[in-house]
Amino acid sequence: MARKQTSTKSKASSGGKPNGTTVADKTSGKSGLELSNVCKGYGDEWAREEVLIDLSLSILPGELTAVVGPSGCGKSALVNLIAGFELPDSGEILIDGSPVTGPGKDRLVVFQESALVPWQTAYQNVVFGPKLRRDMSPAQIKEEADKLFETVGLVEFKDKYPLQLSGGMQRRAELARAMINQPKLMIMDEPFRGLDAMSRELMQEFFLRLFEKNRRTNLFVTSEIEEAIFLADRLVVLSNKPAHVRKVIDIKLERPRDFHMLSSTQAYEYKREAMEILHEEALKGFKSTDSQSDFVEAFSTQND
Amino acid sequence: MTEAVQSAHDTSFVVKRTRLRKILDNKTLWRGIAAIILFILFWEVCSQSKVWFGIQVPWIGKIPPPSEVVVNWAEIVQHPGYWESWYLSFFRVFFGFMIAQVVGIPFGLALAVNKYFRDIFFPPFEVLRPIPPLAWVPASIIFWPTTELSIAFVTFLGAFFTIVINVLGGARTIDIQYLRAAQSMGATQWDLFRKIILPGTLPSIFTGAAVGMGITWEVVLAAEMISGGGQQSGGGLGFFIWSSYMGGSMAQVIVGMISIGIAGYVSSSLIRYVGFLSMPWRRLF
Ligand SMILES: Nc1ncnc2c1ncn2[C@@H]1O[C@H](COP(=O)(O)OP(=O)(O)OP(=O)(O)O)[C@@H](O)[C@H]1O
Ligand SMILES: [Mg+2]
Repeated sequence: MARKQTSTKSKASSGGKPNGTTVADKTSGKSGLELSNVCKGYGDEWAREEVLIDLSLSILPGELTAVVGPSGCGKSALVNLIAGFELPDSGEILIDGSPVTGPGKDRLVVFQESALVPWQTAYQNVVFGPKLRRDMSPAQIKEEADKLFETVGLVEFKDKYPLQLSGGMQRRAELARAMINQPKLMIMDEPFRGLDAMSRELMQEFFLRLFEKNRRTNLFVTSEIEEAIFLADRLVVLSNKPAHVRKVIDIKLERPRDFHMLSSTQAYEYKREAMEILHEEALKGFKSTDSQSDFVEAFSTQND
Repeated sequence: MTEAVQSAHDTSFVVKRTRLRKILDNKTLWRGIAAIILFILFWEVCSQSKVWFGIQVPWIGKIPPPSEVVVNWAEIVQHPGYWESWYLSFFRVFFGFMIAQVVGIPFGLALAVNKYFRDIFFPPFEVLRPIPPLAWVPASIIFWPTTELSIAFVTFLGAFFTIVINVLGGARTIDIQYLRAAQSMGATQWDLFRKIILPGTLPSIFTGAAVGMGITWEVVLAAEMISGGGQQSGGGLGFFIWSSYMGGSMAQVIVGMISIGIAGYVSSSLIRYVGFLSMPWRRLF
């Protein structure tokens, strides 16, 4: 108990943000993240597969960094490393200067697949974190949760179990669950995947408003370039597997953002640039998985 | 105010009525009842007229008809010995079963969450598991001072292995995302265990309990037949069947068999009901 308190305190002071305005804000801060030459592979010997190679990237405090890359290039692997669920084979991941050694409550992950626990109602899921840590009073928890349920439009579904919610509702509940924890670094792995176009747009706007209000450091993995451009301060384009950073594009659209900015020439230029790289990488991807033809080729040359 | 109370009364009345209606409208229920009645009729007809179109009716023609069983039953229920058998078997089953739960669930969970524990205890467990409970009877008789304890031990073994395997399997298949999500929200090891692993294993705990309960009944009856009654330990339903058979009363054997069927059904319904109560998220549809 005592240890818990001191760790919370140290985080609050290291955040660098002067006295927060609301009480719930007191543990928040903004983390910066520095990845240098991170390598990660899976499997042993002949089944060995490198997924990340020499990936270097810095994420600035208070910025939203979007990561795009070809499917299967290692985006989720990167998320797992930063979250501390797995450790890099080599290289370094520093959060505010100290290396990541495991999961911590300063970082919060919204997973690609829904991870609401089925045995808790939507409300219980959302208040799970603060209740465990006891860093908010029960009244505060309830107030925050109610507010969040209103924002994500799930007030009537508070007491339903996840299986009773549609996929989109589950995503929104999950977003609420992430928000209430006010992490210094929020890591989101394709959080809007599987939503229909309409609710996706609504969620993007909703999320953008929240981000622009609090400006918590965010790493946002997505497969939609327009979404990335709409939300991000910086757009990181990854290469095909094994992944490294191909390009970092500064998105200089002004904030607060608006959907019509996406039709500006500036946005178009960003999109074209990113698409070009992705297209190139995707082609490489198709070639490198074409090992069968390599094999046939090798076989036929041997028989010559 | 009074109006509101009145209307609340009314709705509860309506709810009750509709629930009754629902039960009466339930086709599954009626089908089940019809099936049982048809089966009894078929049995009656077959055992009354043993030869159809010049062919002996196999098996079912050799046993007494339900009418005879019912008459026999009506007589037996007046003997306190019959009810004592019920009580004895139930007691043994629940005794062995409860101990198997109390030991098996923590053991299975410990196997699931602790690698060292698993490395040490899983291999011997896996060697002992395939041994059928009844093969333990001789050893158990030597091992324990009284017959009652030997039966309890064999019963315990019957349920224990099934329970452990189910708990272990259930705990190991919990989606790692749940654990990771909880961890990144600041959950301690104990929180993970209490809030994620335990509720996540609950469905498997109940599956294990239902299967284990079935095995326990099998084992108790067989053990009762082997150990016999009359001496220091009483009969039980298994012994009831055995002694009826020895006494040559086939109708009484069937009474014993149906009694066991009912006892097993009651026990597993009980488990299902407790499971239904303790896992609200599983009764959504
Ligand atoms: N735990 C693991 N063990 C073995 N291989 C893994 C593991 N995790 C990821 N991989 C491999 O790493 C590669 C990258 O996977 P990852 O899930 O990070 O891709 P992704 O970029 O998130 O893809 P998507 O856009 O489809 O979500 C895949 O080829 C996958 O097979
Ligand atoms: Mg992924």
